[in-house]
Amino acid sequence: MFDVISNEVLAPNLHQLVVRAPRIASSRLPGQFVIVRAEAGEERIPLTIGDADAAAGTITLFVQAIGASTQRIVAVPAGGRLRDVAGPLGLPTHIRNWGRVACIGGGVGTAVLFPLAKALAEAGNEVTTIIGGRSARYIILADELGALSRELLVTTEDGSLGVQGFVTQPLEGLVADPARRPGAVFAVGPVPMMRAVAELTRPHGIETVVSLNPIMIDGTGMCGGCRVLVGGEAKFACVDGPEFDGHLVDFDNLADRLATYRESEASHVCRVAGKEVA
Amino acid sequence: MSTGMTTRERLAIDRVHMVELDADSRSRNFDEVNRGLTPEEAVREAQRCIRCTNRQCVAGCPVGVSIPEFITALADGNLREAARILTRDNALPAVCGRVCPQETQCEARCVRGIKGEPVAIGYLERFVADWATANVAELGDEPLPPPTGRRVAVVGCGPAGLTAAGELARKGHGVTIFEALHDTGGVLRYGIPEFRLPKTIIDAEVARLLALGVTVECNVIIGKTLTLAQLREEFDAVFIANGAGLPVMLSIPGENLKGVYSANEYLTRVNLMGAGRDPGSTTPIIAGKRVAVIGGGNTAMDCVRTARRLGAERAMIIYRRSEEQMPARVEEIKHAKEEGVEFVMLTAPIAIGGDKDGWVATLRCLRMELGAPDSSGRRSPVPVEGSAYDIAVDVVVNAVGTRANPLLTATAPELKLNRWGNIATDDNGATSVAGVYAGGDIVRGGATVILAMGDGKQAAAAIHDWLNRR
Repeated sequence: MFDVISNEVLAPNLHQLVVRAPRIASSRLPGQFVIVRAEAGEERIPLTIGDADAAAGTITLFVQAIGASTQRIVAVPAGGRLRDVAGPLGLPTHIRNWGRVACIGGGVGTAVLFPLAKALAEAGNEVTTIIGGRSARYIILADELGALSRELLVTTEDGSLGVQGFVTQPLEGLVADPARRPGAVFAVGPVPMMRAVAELTRPHGIETVVSLNPIMIDGTGMCGGCRVLVGGEAKFACVDGPEFDGHLVDFDNLADRLATYRESEASHVCRVAGKEVA
Repeated sequence: MSTGMTTRERLAIDRVHMVELDADSRSRNFDEVNRGLTPEEAVREAQRCIRCTNRQCVAGCPVGVSIPEFITALADGNLREAARILTRDNALPAVCGRVCPQETQCEARCVRGIKGEPVAIGYLERFVADWATANVAELGDEPLPPPTGRRVAVVGCGPAGLTAAGELARKGHGVTIFEALHDTGGVLRYGIPEFRLPKTIIDAEVARLLALGVTVECNVIIGKTLTLAQLREEFDAVFIANGAGLPVMLSIPGENLKGVYSANEYLTRVNLMGAGRDPGSTTPIIAGKRVAVIGGGNTAMDCVRTARRLGAERAMIIYRRSEEQMPARVEEIKHAKEEGVEFVMLTAPIAIGGDKDGWVATLRCLRMELGAPDSSGRRSPVPVEGSAYDIAVDVVVNAVGTRANPLLTATAPELKLNRWGNIATDDNGATSVAGVYAGGDIVRGGATVILAMGDGKQAAAAIHDWLNRR
């Protein structure tokens, strides 16, 4: 059992949980994730470790409640407990000093981006961060990311905050300007966003790292469910990733496999919310 | 009474047949197929043992169970003594009585099998083990030696790890098992379906270990949460039994289509996470009306019989050799056939075709014929020219095998591996690192429950010696 220290709502359906998991807090590195279940009988949910405090023995998780099992996780209040938290899993991010880097976050991907941006800034990189969302309500961690970035750019689809449009627009400006062009780009968000970023940087030969979120079962390489095509080769996101070279990822295949259970999820009536979950 | 029986009288008894659930009804539920023996049947079958002095059956058992002794006690109606002998020799008798390939091990050596049918040793083991579980209170606590103060870490809560833990606890050592998944049993729980091995059996066997003072910590991934080096610091010895949990891919086109599963994923969703089985489970699975399972081992049989239970109208085994060459247990093949599974033999898949939405639709196969024997001594299949054809499917399950999972070894460079990535050990299970032992599938590659248990038992003895020498 793992104690939930705090549970805050950051954006609609997006919660930030601080969980007591001392071993994971001291062994994890940026880019790694945990597998979580609120109760027995539920699906195993992979969640990026957003931050950790080894001294306090806690880790921070960002959870987007989209299906039955994630609904159950965010429903655990401070003082409650999660039955299972296993990790840290996956390979840590390869961190070095590129000089200038751009960190791009879309929606809940911004939460996954946060530990990378933090580690990149700590390694001496000059970080430009671009985060986007549907509207101002979906923009998260702006203050935290702003504090460690040389520049923070915000885009919203409805223009309610920052520039109206998508994260690729400010990125286009960055890569076009030799004085601001990043040595590496880190992009985390919906598949179409990561694909668009990778296509934008490809002609410029800018190293582009994406963090993939395929369907995952055990997280230890055992089931092969999280296989993704990278450079034409099948890779397991849980043990070979979750971060890969964005220029080599087959995003079509990733998007397609992510849709495997869309129908069964769509028809599932959530026992917690008591309503159908979109 | 039975002690007075003559050999002639014993030889006159026919082998018992275990009652099974009716194939039609059972192929739509997850209830255990084999129903066990009645006490009268068990005693009668035990009386068939002619108590030969050379104990060939024991030589055929990878964990060396004192088979004639427990059977003799049972034949005499002394169940308590039979249970004491059996549980002393075997940490998981109720599991072995259900999933061991007895026909190639103990029963293959039984003298009565030379001119007739061997004693049903597996059935008797299951009977005694189940009796022991049902009569825990009557059996009382097992006497344990005083604690030695030594602590051993066991990596993996599967058959090898559970066996080693039991053996070490019985020697008075403190044992902690670290399990990466959220529940105990390893492959016994995620890999073997309920219709063959009910979860209550695993729970009971684990409870027996906990009663010996063994600690189990789930959700701890050695190589990630803790390293081998950390375990070495904290414990006096380590036994690594983390299995061969990495699927071998088919490496044919279409493997990433929706509806293509590895056996591990398919079985884990159903067995460990209750998909399609437990009404309360939130884990989804694509059930499929036409399911092709590729492979011929016990895992393939488990997958195809699961597919039937999830509602498949056509559930097919696709195997590139002939039925006689299938590595699966005879009983599993028989049960699968009874349940309506189709056996498509001498057939090799070469590609998986999809529909416009990315779902699997066809399995393209080549017919094969048997050629010369290969290095394993089996005649190797050779493709028949121009024989390619398509089978309509909506789920494909790859059950061709597993290999070593590098999660632990990647962070323990001091461990010597063989060229397949398995941990190299000597005959006692000792690795290249002092005090670190390994066994089960991580050493031998995908094998059977009982071989893994044999490794666990042997390594536990070696660890005990090693601890005593220090």
